[in-house]
Amino acid sequence: MQEVKKRLLTGNKAMAEGIRQEMENNEEVFVLGEDIGAYGGIFGSTEGLLEEFGPERIMDTPISETALIGAAVGAATEGMRPIAELMFVDFFGVAMDQIYNQMAKIPYMSGGNVKVPMVLMTAVGGGYNDAAQHSQTLYATFGHMPGMKVVAPTTPYDLKGMMISAIRDDNPVVFMFHKTLQGLGWMEQLDTSQGHVPEEAYTVPLGKANIVKEGSDMTIVGMQMTTHYGMQAVKELEEQGVDAELIDLRSIVPLDKETILNSLKKTGRIMIVDEDYKSFGVSAEIAAIVAEEGLFDLEAPVKRLALPDVPIPYSRPMEQFIIPTADKIVKAALELRDQ
Amino acid sequence: MSISNEELRWMYEHMYKIRYYEDKLEEVYMEGKQPVFNIGAGTVPGEMHLSTGQEPAAVGISVHLRQDDIVTSPHRPHHHAIAKGVDLKRMTAEIFGKKTGLSKGKGGHMHLFDPDVHFSCSGIVGAGMPHAVGAALAAKKRGKDSVAVAYIGEGAANQGSFHESLNLAALWDLPVIVVVENNKYGISVPRDNSTAVPSNDLRAGAYGIEGHYVEGNNLMEMYRVSKQAVERGRKGEGPSIIEIETYRYLGHFQGDAEQYRPEDEVKELRAKDQVNIYRDMIIKEYDVSENELEEIEGKVREEVDAAYQFARDSEYPDESEALEDVFV
Repeated sequence: MQEVKKRLLTGNKAMAEGIRQEMENNEEVFVLGEDIGAYGGIFGSTEGLLEEFGPERIMDTPISETALIGAAVGAATEGMRPIAELMFVDFFGVAMDQIYNQMAKIPYMSGGNVKVPMVLMTAVGGGYNDAAQHSQTLYATFGHMPGMKVVAPTTPYDLKGMMISAIRDDNPVVFMFHKTLQGLGWMEQLDTSQGHVPEEAYTVPLGKANIVKEGSDMTIVGMQMTTHYGMQAVKELEEQGVDAELIDLRSIVPLDKETILNSLKKTGRIMIVDEDYKSFGVSAEIAAIVAEEGLFDLEAPVKRLALPDVPIPYSRPMEQFIIPTADKIVKAALELRDQ
Repeated sequence: MSISNEELRWMYEHMYKIRYYEDKLEEVYMEGKQPVFNIGAGTVPGEMHLSTGQEPAAVGISVHLRQDDIVTSPHRPHHHAIAKGVDLKRMTAEIFGKKTGLSKGKGGHMHLFDPDVHFSCSGIVGAGMPHAVGAALAAKKRGKDSVAVAYIGEGAANQGSFHESLNLAALWDLPVIVVVENNKYGISVPRDNSTAVPSNDLRAGAYGIEGHYVEGNNLMEMYRVSKQAVERGRKGEGPSIIEIETYRYLGHFQGDAEQYRPEDEVKELRAKDQVNIYRDMIIKEYDVSENELEEIEGKVREEVDAAYQFARDSEYPDESEALEDVFV
């Protein structure tokens, strides 16, 4: 057997490499945000970029999210391709007007005459006891409001490829990266946060889900950490005689209905696993799509596993209780099989 | 400057208490995080922002505050909380994530709430400023002479909430005192790279209010200007800004590699340590004896040790308690 040479990178390095290659190819690309210069981004999204491009293109900003995101909007409407970093997605509240009234709506309000080709990258996710103001994913909050593409890649390969696609996209793209999947030395170490990443620039399309594992008994849809836990769960389920198909959503907007509905057609059962709040969320949206367009493929009611509708608690036992982990996915999947 | 012996001792007690508390927490935080550091592991998980070195900012003003005065604090809140008289046992239990904590384990170290002493804090930069404005408004509406102190870092002075709140406080003549703790860094970004003016007390001019600057983390100077600001607030003479040049001995959070910081900076700052300088000064220049201070230190250690023991001995909340308290 021929050995395939793998080039292993962590999530953050893959993402930063995507930014670096686009910056090398296009002088109109620049990055601005808090602690993205000498620090390299609190979650490593710009690691090593200041050294290569200098402070003119890797711009540390004051703690002024309205100004920095608004400035990215202004530069983007002039045709540049800024990448603004919102350190934690939870901080969106400080600057939401610039995000959803300005960035997301200008293309539409201008009848398509003004483009906003920017990327708003932001760290999401909990599980490490950072409490209610630093642990959310908020996939649905952004997905709900029209005018932004919203992506949430899981693997290093997708982080790089989707970052390059996001930068090249003429629309505003909210690029959510999960802290725990960045492969940072000071967080929990997960296999999923390291992976093969080709050296050359490549793209992974926005709006296309990925079937991580094929199966025939049920469909499990996850994104980021729930995909990671899903991978553990499908292995465990295999041992228990359940052949589950696992879909990594990768993109919230556009949502890849086709991949989900085709999978359901094959399996007849579906469960959505989400690290975001349950009500009015991604799991609800997919359940609604299934009800509208795949009802007759269902052999059992749709199952949803998501955060109960509470802010994220600090204390470990309470936080672990609300997060959908591999054990909970297995348990819910067995219930779904028996329904 | 007139200052009573009682005040001098109170300030030393709290300087020492904060230092002892934070030094201990620095140790406890590393339990379960060695040899491999994982932020979510150990006795106290999650982000940890310690205030070691910044004691004068909290102590110099809190000595003038009463139980009914309001304090809002940011993500680095322990010195403010201790100086305001937040229940030490329940605060520590909260930081440990225990059921006996101030918030039954729901808040953690960035989200401490003790309504008994009108203390709150938030993990969002600049978020406490409008709350202080509102609390001061409530005091004014009720005809009370309490004041509201909003502590912020120098980085927060570039948030919209800072400017909007100052304008409102000035417009409505509210008893708000903003204490800007200039510890030179917003996480990694040096102040000079983030702020267009040399110090934030200058921004007081833009709102027609009082501005003070305290150099060199000086506790006595902080005491002096805070006294004026609090008295003005109580008399209905409007808001003030005090910027204090203070010292962050540790990283932004524990685990911060601090590669952005000059190598000897912390050593130089620690050489100007206010806990020591203040201790020596009051023995030399005032009627406070070494024995008295040793007695205070012993009591403080007992109190703080007891708080940590209480936190350790307390139970974790039941996991299902996560579902409670969304609505009251």
